[in-house]
Amino acid sequence: MRCLKILVLQIALLCLAVAPASAMNIEVTNFKLANGMEVVVIPDHRAPVVTHMVWYRVGSADEVSGKSGLAHFLEHLMFKGTTKNPFGVFDRLIDINGGEGNAFTTRDYTAYFQRIASDRLGLMMELEADRMQNLVLTDENVLPELDVVREERRERTENDPSALLAEQIDAAMYTAHPYGKPVIGWMSEVAKLTREDALAFYKAHYTPANAILIVAGDAQPEQVRALAEKYYGVLKNTFTPMPRLRTPEPAPIAARRVIMTDPRASTPIFQRSYLGPTYSTTENRDAYALDLLADILGSGTQSRLYKSLVIDQKIAAQAAAWYAGDALDNGSFGVYAAPNPGVELDKVEAAVDAILADILKNGVTQKELDRVRDKSIAEQVYTLDDQATLARIAGAGVATGLDARAVFSRDVEMLKVSLDDIREAAAKVIRINRSVTGILSPERSPQN
Amino acid sequence: MRAAVLRTVMACFTLVWFLNPANAIDIKEVVSPGGIRAWLVENHNIPLIAMNFSFEGGTTSDPVGKEGAVNFITGMMDEGAADLDSAAFQARRDELAVRIMFDAGGDQFEGAIQTLSKNRGEAFALLRKAMTAPHFEKEAMERVRQQFLLGAKDDEQDPEKIASRAWMKIALGDQLYARQGAGSPQSIANITPEDLRALHRLIFSRKGLKVAVVGDIDAPTLGLALDEVFGDLPDTAPPTPVKDVIVAKGPLVKVVDRDIPQSIIVFGHDGILRDDPDFIPAFVMSNILGGGGFASRLTTEVREKRGLTYGIGFGLVPLDHAGLYIGSVSTRNEKASETLAIVVDTLKKMADEGPSQAELDDMKTYLTGSYALRFDSNGKIAGQLLGIQQQNLGIDYVNNRNSKVEALTLDDVRAQAKRLVHADRLITIVVGRPEGIKSTGSGG
Repeated sequence: MRCLKILVLQIALLCLAVAPASAMNIEVTNFKLANGMEVVVIPDHRAPVVTHMVWYRVGSADEVSGKSGLAHFLEHLMFKGTTKNPFGVFDRLIDINGGEGNAFTTRDYTAYFQRIASDRLGLMMELEADRMQNLVLTDENVLPELDVVREERRERTENDPSALLAEQIDAAMYTAHPYGKPVIGWMSEVAKLTREDALAFYKAHYTPANAILIVAGDAQPEQVRALAEKYYGVLKNTFTPMPRLRTPEPAPIAARRVIMTDPRASTPIFQRSYLGPTYSTTENRDAYALDLLADILGSGTQSRLYKSLVIDQKIAAQAAAWYAGDALDNGSFGVYAAPNPGVELDKVEAAVDAILADILKNGVTQKELDRVRDKSIAEQVYTLDDQATLARIAGAGVATGLDARAVFSRDVEMLKVSLDDIREAAAKVIRINRSVTGILSPERSPQN
Repeated sequence: MRAAVLRTVMACFTLVWFLNPANAIDIKEVVSPGGIRAWLVENHNIPLIAMNFSFEGGTTSDPVGKEGAVNFITGMMDEGAADLDSAAFQARRDELAVRIMFDAGGDQFEGAIQTLSKNRGEAFALLRKAMTAPHFEKEAMERVRQQFLLGAKDDEQDPEKIASRAWMKIALGDQLYARQGAGSPQSIANITPEDLRALHRLIFSRKGLKVAVVGDIDAPTLGLALDEVFGDLPDTAPPTPVKDVIVAKGPLVKVVDRDIPQSIIVFGHDGILRDDPDFIPAFVMSNILGGGGFASRLTTEVREKRGLTYGIGFGLVPLDHAGLYIGSVSTRNEKASETLAIVVDTLKKMADEGPSQAELDDMKTYLTGSYALRFDSNGKIAGQLLGIQQQNLGIDYVNNRNSKVEALTLDDVRAQAKRLVHADRLITIVVGRPEGIKSTGSGG
């Protein structure tokens, strides 16, 4: 209880320091177990349900060269059983307790989760703690799972031309940094992954000090602490996690174009990504500014791209922009357009370029900034309605080195963003030498 | 992600299923001064309100040759209404940070609004405009048409959509449900503003209206809001329901050639309606055979034991006037034949022997335990309550459902396996370059 009081005091001090308070007004409690495992608790007592997640600070960008897909393959294998709970027991215990669970892998983290009645939280921790250290892998269960992963790649990537284009754009964007390879892995490398590879990766990355526990929903912080200490706190670290130093991406110097024709593409698509910073790599307001700029440029029907290309010029059916600033090392700022029938892609690209040039030259207006910022802040409140989303936001933040409370009060910093901030961030990122342009079009038939 | 669950055909339909929450949910029926009924769950913990509603009449109301017209309305509801043109409407919506969504199902036209409770008044006023006086203005319509065309062209190339379209065409022939709710590029090109106006008049009627509301609003306030939003809609009869549908019987296999590395297989036959007296034991049985999660027999045989797929499912699809029982699986072309054979064997075994007592016991605790996961947000609760109303299950359904599942015996569930699972009746569509599978039967 002593620690808890200190914690409450810290929260109070923090709030004083950063006033005005965030629109979300969310009570986040975080602490560390003695073995270094981080814990974040987000209360929502409207229903007797909890979301229990364990995140590991390891993703596809932490794989060694030639072993792409290993982090994700291990994620699948984590369901294959332990000495105490052989294959099938884990899934069955979740099922018969009325829970639902799954897992996911990204470039920076691997996360496992269950949603279940709140009085079963202890059982979930017991099972998750067990498989953090006691996984048993045999060729008998590893080999069919490798086939499952290859089917997953066929289903989600190879049967979908736009997914293939996205993969090619990433591969072209990164010359050295591991974000250039797909999370699911290249088929040729996935095919060669082995039980030994998976076990070695598990032993090198899965330990309490490299893990984060997130509990959102119907649970009290002190109760989560007691359970976490009982199940996770007793685990001993098998290694000390090292800083995550990936090969940095050299400053980009050449504009790249990826042109893909695929008869399965129904209509042509233009998109472009610019290499950018992230919330984790910046101390200034660049990431906030880029988020707001993406909204001004290409979120919704009032955005510049939509208004110009779709409403006024009528040359595109869709036009949008985005900023992905939630990764550990590199982010991307992107634009997209789907031309109307009979309109050449070149014309759409020129129209997008003209809008980008105008923003670089003249910036955006205060009215635009206020509009997207007000909406963005108001919309944050909606995330309060979904404990699973709250848990994911917290996990993704902490796993990429951010403070659990800070990710829920971005509106506070967002309010400080000025027109100059946006102009500066745009000038740094929207440069053709930092970009990969992707073109997808159906193969031309012999007739035309 | 480790797992895919049911997609393809099944993704088009929502199946309402849930059991009593451990702490009973307090659902009130609210009747507005103007006589409009809604179900309300009050919750003032967070400053949000969710309202889901539906009208009778969905994409089956599309005129022949204008398939996609009802769906088209969903894209036009924010393109100007009453005194606001398209830009002004959207600006107002964004300013209020209100979310307004529409969706056209086969039998129902659904809508949903979510708002911060502080913007409640303005949000409902805006919704009222969209509901009662949408513009369907020509220039906006051409813009939205291009967007639907983009989607329809994508659907024509998407192997999962190709498979489900082909399945529906063979199983249902020319009956209304077999048509694509989203329309084809040809039919979308034919739709006029007059078509949209006529369908709007036909469908948006108080007679077919059902409403569910959850969140930071009390009953008297809701009563007034209901009259404001829906009170001026006409009280005319909803569209005539489609006739009960006859589902064709296999066995039949049709291969649709596509140069892709993985075959997409959609398989199925007739099923039952939601008001079937044995729907509950049937649903429990179908979950054991091919439900989501990792323990179903099909997942165990096809994925876990043999690594043939990333995801397989087989489930009941109870439309208002057609009972279907549909599954899907995808696998590399060279394993398509083996995969299909395992599916058939697994179905036969279930029909012959039914589930075991242990399978039934596990499924009961899963279904009764996972009830609450469907009730942990305003948006989810509103969706569930609307579904119960659409299926006429009664306001006490949420709180008495558990006992019905608990009471099932092994004989109840085995009888449904024998009655409903028919490997010899399957209509099977394979999209890809499957090895060792050829088209057979009359549809080939």
